Amino acid sequence: MISSIEARQVALGYAGKIISPCLDMIISKPEIVSIIGPNGSGKSTFLKALSRLLLPEGGSVLLNGKDIHRMRPNEVARLLAVLPQTVQAPGDMLVYDLVGNGRSPYIGLFGRPAAADQSAITTAIEATGIGELAYRRLDTLSGGERQRAWLAMALAQEPQILMLDEPTTYLDVHHQLEFMKLVESLHREMQLTVIMVLHDLNHAARFSHRIIAMKEGKIFADGTAREVLTAQNFRLLYGVEATVMTIEQGGSAHLVCIPHDICSSYGA
Amino acid sequence: MNAVTNMQRDKQKMVRNGISLAALAALVSVVIAAVMIGAVHISLHETWQSLAGGATGETYQIIHNIRLPRVIIGALVGMNLALSGCILQGVLRNPLADPGIIGVSAGAGLAAMVLMILWPELTAFVPLAAFFGALAALVLVLALAWNKGIEPLPMVLAGVAVAALFGGGMSALMIFHSDKIQGTVNWMAGGLQGRSWGHVRMIWPYSLVGILGAMLSYRYLNLLQLGDDVAKALGTRVQAVRFGLVILAALLAASAVSVAGLLGFVGLIVPHITRMLIGSDFEYLLPCSALLGAITVVAADLAARTVFNPVEIPVGIFMAFLGAPFFIYLLRKGMRK
Repeated sequence: MISSIEARQVALGYAGKIISPCLDMIISKPEIVSIIGPNGSGKSTFLKALSRLLLPEGGSVLLNGKDIHRMRPNEVARLLAVLPQTVQAPGDMLVYDLVGNGRSPYIGLFGRPAAADQSAITTAIEATGIGELAYRRLDTLSGGERQRAWLAMALAQEPQILMLDEPTTYLDVHHQLEFMKLVESLHREMQLTVIMVLHDLNHAARFSHRIIAMKEGKIFADGTAREVLTAQNFRLLYGVEATVMTIEQGGSAHLVCIPHDICSSYGA
Repeated sequence: MNAVTNMQRDKQKMVRNGISLAALAALVSVVIAAVMIGAVHISLHETWQSLAGGATGETYQIIHNIRLPRVIIGALVGMNLALSGCILQGVLRNPLADPGIIGVSAGAGLAAMVLMILWPELTAFVPLAAFFGALAALVLVLALAWNKGIEPLPMVLAGVAVAALFGGGMSALMIFHSDKIQGTVNWMAGGLQGRSWGHVRMIWPYSLVGILGAMLSYRYLNLLQLGDDVAKALGTRVQAVRFGLVILAALLAASAVSVAGLLGFVGLIVPHITRMLIGSDFEYLLPCSALLGAITVVAADLAARTVFNPVEIPVGIFMAFLGAPFFIYLLRKGMRK
C-alpha cells in the first residue's frame, strides 16, 4: 500500500495569529519532497501540520483520505514518522532503547515487546548502520551518530511516510552528505515517502524529486528542482542573485545553485 | 549488536536490579530496626513473636499501637512523596519540581493552619483539611496555567504564584494569631509523632492507587523525556497523559502531607539521588525512588526520636540536616566524574 498525504485548504497559525491562510498540496507516491523557503516562510509550521503535531486553524490534513486529527494517534504513528528539528533524550539512554521507543505505537500500555518489535528495531538499527553503537549511551555519540540513532527510532515505527525538519542543521559537511545519502537509500529500499524541510538548496536540488518552495505562508512554487530553482525564483524567494547550473558529478547530472549577491530591490 | 556490546546492556541491567534489591533489603532492615528501637528496646525475637501474633502485654501494645503504625506511615509517606516528586520532575521536565511546585504544600499548609488557629477544637480534622487544601491549590494552579491544556512552564509559574499567595496567607495568620501558633509550628516542620492506625487508614488507599498508577505510567514518563513533539509523533496523547500524571502526583503528595505535615526534602531530593544511582529510565526510577523515599523517612524518623532521647526532633528537620549535605556530596562526586 502506498500512503498519501494531503493538505486541503489548511490554515495555520499560533495563538490565533494566522501564518498560512490556505495551503493545498498532495503527495501521493513515494518520492523525496523538500520544502524550502526563507526564514519565517512557514515551512516548519507546514511540516508540523502535516505530521499531526499542530492542529490547523482551518481545513484538514488527510492521511490516506482520512482526517489526521480524527484518527487514533497510534494509527497515525504507524504510518507516519516525524523527526523534529531539535530533539532531546536522557544522556544515559542506550541507542537500542531509543530506537525501541519507535515501537510504542504498536505496544499498548500493558503490552510487552513482541518478536515483531524486536525485529523491527534490529532492522532499523541495521538500515541506519548503527549496529556497532546499539548498546552505547546516547551521550557518548557524535552528532552524526546521534542523528542516525534518531532516524532509526523513526524507522522502527515502520512508517510509509517519513518527515524530517532540517535534519542536517547541526552536522558538518561529511555527516550532512552521509545523512542525505542514507535518506535517499532508505527511500529507494523501503519505498518510503520522505518529506523534509531543508535549508541547503544544493541538497534539496540533488536529492529531491519534488521541491515545494514557500514564501510568506503560501506555496510559491511546486515542481522538480529544475522548475523551482531558477534564478528568477531565487530573486523572488530569497532576494539573492544566484547562478544555477548543471554539473556532472559521480556519473550523474544535478543542479547546483551559487548565490553571489543581494538584490538591491528586495523588500522594497 | 554483537555479544561484546550486549554485555554492556546486561551490566546495566545487573546494576539496576542489584540496586533495586539492595534498596528492598535496606527497607526491610530499617523497618525492623524502627520497630525494635525506641524508648523501650525490644529484641528481635520479641518483635518477631509480636508481629506473628504470639506476644501479648506491654511489648505487644508498644509494637502494635505505637511503633508499627508510625513505621508504616513513615514508609508510605516517604514512598508517596518520592513518587510524587519523581513523576513531577518527569512530567514538568524540571529538575527542581517537587510536590511544592504544584501548590500542594502551600494549600495543605494554609488549610491546616486555618483550622488549627481559628477552630482549634476541630484539630482532629487537620489531615482532612490539609488534603482538601492541597487539592484546592492544585485546582487553582491548573486553572491559572490552563491554555487548551497544560504546558510545563506555565504550570511551574502558576505553582510558584499560588505558593506565594498561600504562603502570604500563612504569614498573615501567624502574625495576627501569634499567641496560637505553637501547635502549628510542629505540623509545619513535618513529623510522625503520635500517628496511629487511623492515619494509616487515611493514607493507604492513595498510596495504593498512586503506586500502581506510577508503576503503570513509566512508559509514558519515558516517552515524555523525548520532548512533547516526539512523544506526540509516537502516538502519545501528551496533554491527557500529562494531566493524569499531575493529578496522580498531587493525590500522592496530598495524602502524604495530610498525615505527616509539610515534610519537605523527600519529594525533591530522593528522586535526584535515585537518578544518580540508577539512571533515568523510569521503569527503575519509579520503584527505586519509592523504596528510597520510604527508607529515608523511616530511618530519619527513627533517628529523630532516638538520637536526642528523650527529646524528639521533628523528622523534617532531621532529614534536611542529614539529607542536604549527602545530596551535595553526591552532586559534587557526580560533577568530578
